[in-house]
Amino acid sequence: MSAAFRTASGGRIDRSTQLAFTFDGVHMTGHPGDTLASALTANGVRLLARSFKYHRPRGLVAAGSEEPNALVTVIRDDGRTTPNLAATTVELYDGLVAVSQNRWPSLKWDVGALNDLFSPIFVSGFYYKTFMWPRSFWQKVYEPRIRAAAGFGEAPKAADPDRYANRFAHCDVLVIGAGPAGLAAARAAAEAGARVILCDENPELGGSLLADPSAMIDGEPGAGWAASIAADLAARETVTLLTRTTAFGYYQDNMVGLIERVTDHLADPPDHLPRERLWQVRAKRVVIAAGALERPLVFPENDRPGIMLADAARTFLTRHGVAAGSRAVVFTATDSAYAAAIEAKAAGVSVALVADLRREASPAAEAARAAGIRVDLATTIEATSGGRSVESVRLARIAPNGSIAPGETIACDLVLHSAGFTPTVHLFSQSRGKLRFDADRGVFLPHEPHEDVVCAGACNGAETLAAALGEGHAAGAAAARAATGVEVAERAYEAEGLAIEIGGHFGEVPHGRDASRVKCFVDLQHDVTAKDIRLATREGFRSIEHVKRFTTTGMATDQGKSSNMNALAVAAATMGLDVPQVGLTTFRRPYTPVSFGAFAGVNRGDLFDPIRRTPSHDAATALGAPFEDVGLWKRAWWFPRDGEDRHAAVARDCRTVRETVGVFDASTLGKIEVVGPDAAEFLNRMYVNPFLKLGVGRCRYGILCRDDGYVYDDGVVGRIAEDRFHVTTTTGGAPRVLAMMEDYLQTEWPELDVWLTSTTEQWAVVAVQGPKAREVIAPLVAGVDLSSAAFPHMSVADCRILGLPGRLFRVSFTGELGYELNVPAEYGAAAWDAVLARAGEVGGCAYGTETMHVLRAEKGYIIVGQDTDGTLTPADAGLGWAVGKSKPDFVGKAGMARPDLTGPHRKEIVGLLPDDPKCVLDEGAQITAEANPAKGAHALGHVTSAYWSPNVGRGIALAMVEGGRSRMGAKLHVPMPTGPIAVTVVDPVFWDKEGKRLDG
Amino acid sequence: MLLITCPYCGPRPEIEFAARGEAHVARAAPDAGGEAVAASLYLRSNPRGVIAERWRHVAGCGRFFNALRHTVTDKFVATYRVGEHRPDLAAATGAGEGTR
Repeated sequence: MSAAFRTASGGRIDRSTQLAFTFDGVHMTGHPGDTLASALTANGVRLLARSFKYHRPRGLVAAGSEEPNALVTVIRDDGRTTPNLAATTVELYDGLVAVSQNRWPSLKWDVGALNDLFSPIFVSGFYYKTFMWPRSFWQKVYEPRIRAAAGFGEAPKAADPDRYANRFAHCDVLVIGAGPAGLAAARAAAEAGARVILCDENPELGGSLLADPSAMIDGEPGAGWAASIAADLAARETVTLLTRTTAFGYYQDNMVGLIERVTDHLADPPDHLPRERLWQVRAKRVVIAAGALERPLVFPENDRPGIMLADAARTFLTRHGVAAGSRAVVFTATDSAYAAAIEAKAAGVSVALVADLRREASPAAEAARAAGIRVDLATTIEATSGGRSVESVRLARIAPNGSIAPGETIACDLVLHSAGFTPTVHLFSQSRGKLRFDADRGVFLPHEPHEDVVCAGACNGAETLAAALGEGHAAGAAAARAATGVEVAERAYEAEGLAIEIGGHFGEVPHGRDASRVKCFVDLQHDVTAKDIRLATREGFRSIEHVKRFTTTGMATDQGKSSNMNALAVAAATMGLDVPQVGLTTFRRPYTPVSFGAFAGVNRGDLFDPIRRTPSHDAATALGAPFEDVGLWKRAWWFPRDGEDRHAAVARDCRTVRETVGVFDASTLGKIEVVGPDAAEFLNRMYVNPFLKLGVGRCRYGILCRDDGYVYDDGVVGRIAEDRFHVTTTTGGAPRVLAMMEDYLQTEWPELDVWLTSTTEQWAVVAVQGPKAREVIAPLVAGVDLSSAAFPHMSVADCRILGLPGRLFRVSFTGELGYELNVPAEYGAAAWDAVLARAGEVGGCAYGTETMHVLRAEKGYIIVGQDTDGTLTPADAGLGWAVGKSKPDFVGKAGMARPDLTGPHRKEIVGLLPDDPKCVLDEGAQITAEANPAKGAHALGHVTSAYWSPNVGRGIALAMVEGGRSRMGAKLHVPMPTGPIAVTVVDPVFWDKEGKRLDG
Repeated sequence: MLLITCPYCGPRPEIEFAARGEAHVARAAPDAGGEAVAASLYLRSNPRGVIAERWRHVAGCGRFFNALRHTVTDKFVATYRVGEHRPDLAAATGAGEGTR
């Protein structure tokens, strides 16, 4: 295919270099400076996509990121496949491979186009109304099929191999948009010495100047002026220029998110560069110079390939050297489109006529006539024909009384239309700035800012180049003065160039067709027509937010950039209201789509979530232990031997601990060192237990409540010295317990002289539990008398462990004689190996968290967060004995005294024994009084822990049951899908009720 | 993302902070009784306008402090240390309460 539509000269492309690319497998060529859209247009390709709902043939509408139709997938390899890219934003590179979307089997022959034949039934709300019944069909039949047919491109199946960088930046002035206003603003701010960041979504700075050969600024051609300003800015150390960078989101306190596309335009991206870079910029002042977008005219059958915005055709012609067709009809409501007509004619495109909706000939119309172009006033287009390209339009005359008379049919392959321009107020609105409706021009303009931001240029309503430059300079100077205090002199730019008309025509144009049948597209990307919007208002939707959701107008990937104002106008006209009364839909982030990769940055794979490994991790791995996730920790679950399954391994380990000894890595327990003259007083106020009289070298099981009186955490607290405590917490609770202690220390009792330090990462803890525990550790420990008389249960001492400075606890979470050896964390792995080797000599074993859970449940020891749920007081949990009732105050004292938290209706922790000893209950199962309760019957509680107990020889369980302790011996039921299970309420201690083994 | 001025460290991004609910809510005395305890635990002013809140510079100095924030504009009006009195807003901003 030859580039038949490339002009002989002109444009900002490098004609000396050929770039090869393919679209749907067809080989074509373009030049550096082309977008995929301009290169395809140069090659005469006009059918680029199928529409979302009706699968109608579609071509280009725009030349920038607002393009609604031409979404393509660009393929580098399996992982580097990017769907839903607007062809107008894809820079051409050698070897580019692009394919069309939303069609089967091919773009030219698309089965889905049958939808268009049935379009009378596919109206707005069709899905909601049609697929309601039979109800059961929704999940299995309707939804999967609708989902398969919906959406645009397909996400890649392979993992994304690219890198995405993330950068934080601060500046005095952030300028968004590098058109004339943005360049003038950045120049003014930079000359004041301000630190400036200037970003623009395009590859080249200059904005509209790049597509306006007529522009002259201070005697220099516009594009040349832009280049020299850009060069001046680039030479300044205080200025950062970011091209291919979209300001996609305006966040609070002048934080603006920018997405920089670093390598997508390169044929061979170098390895050292990230694909994209996410900038989080905090600016003292922001200047938005985002420009304006041309608004389409809404006329019958306005969606055929070859029907595009006038300014887009101008851009293709002047910037890319591409004629969008060979015979054009121009359809306009303002003067803006006349330049496109004149330029097209000058470039050799036959211009059949300009159809102007207005009655009076403007100077622009006279100029066009002088250039030999036919201009028909008070003329509309009421029909178009064509398949894969527009072939003709039918004109109609609008009489002064509003009646429509059919006119001639004109053959053409290009329709350029323009309703006027809409200021791009997206970012200003995202920043919570208030918009005002300019009734004269019929546009929303920036009004009261919420952030420290100022708008300049076309986005602020400026129509001429001189006005844009003037506003830009003023905005840049004001921003720099506010940010740095430096004054910038006024500057008057001498400028001429194309003017645009902000405002113009809104909504459906007059036509003589049957408005209830003809398709006048408002939102091309979501196939929403004017009649869909009228239907929504007939159905009673009054707010534009509701109309939007019912019709889905403005909800596609282009977020209605070119359709929202027309949708609003159609809705307002139907309801007979003014536009401001109907309201404006919220502008949401992001301005254009941002890849997930950019947001994820480096936080993927191993870095998605930190992993905490215990000192015994490698040793446990070598022993074949599977790991359980506990918070961020990986904890050894059980230690299988000789092909044992989980059940067998846990059962053997449970027996070994009770018969000889077991070794367990308890390093994950939270540890807080509480130090200071008031340390005892502080703990006495934090914990429900009394701590003032705890002796040095002694430990106490502490229960921490919140002020509402509910159990929050638990752990052993050891007194190391008069002014020093070693507090342990649950594995998951360590950070929040420290935060809670800091809160009370800093804000409730700042008079207490106490320091809190997390020592979780400083100590590795090896627990040795079982009758032979003392025998195992005796040779490893020095400086402490291990006899029960000198070092009884609940003792602590600083001593030497394996020659290291260590801290020895005599504590037990198994009910057996037990010690916990604390050694400096860096020696944890060595200590684990040494202790496990010693245990092996006496027939002991390593055990994991599953065995730990069974052993503690056999003793009725609760796990906070498993057996409690944030609504149990210590008394409910059977721990009322721990509460220091004579203490004047402690956290939770007042809360747990509330009337509702005492009395017979409370849920209490009890033991359950299934009547069938082989039965192990399901944790979470409900407990009822009746075996077969009526539907909706009241549950008395639920099972919190359930295990097979190898030592008791049956299934055991802990449960929360209403009035549980008054039901000892009672028969209750656990209804399950397989039938009710009868259980007996028992004391929660299943093993060694007297606790003699602790003293072994 | 909000820019919050820690009274100890200066302005820092919101991700370094944790919100800890309304400030100047007195902890109930141990013998306050059910109604008073419930009020101190659960009843909050939820104003449309300026609210005094507790914040912690958790990923910075770790200190708790108080802040005045406008619940409509989500703008921080003032921050102050624990133990200091709530600033007089009219004096602090030159404007009446509820505006900025």
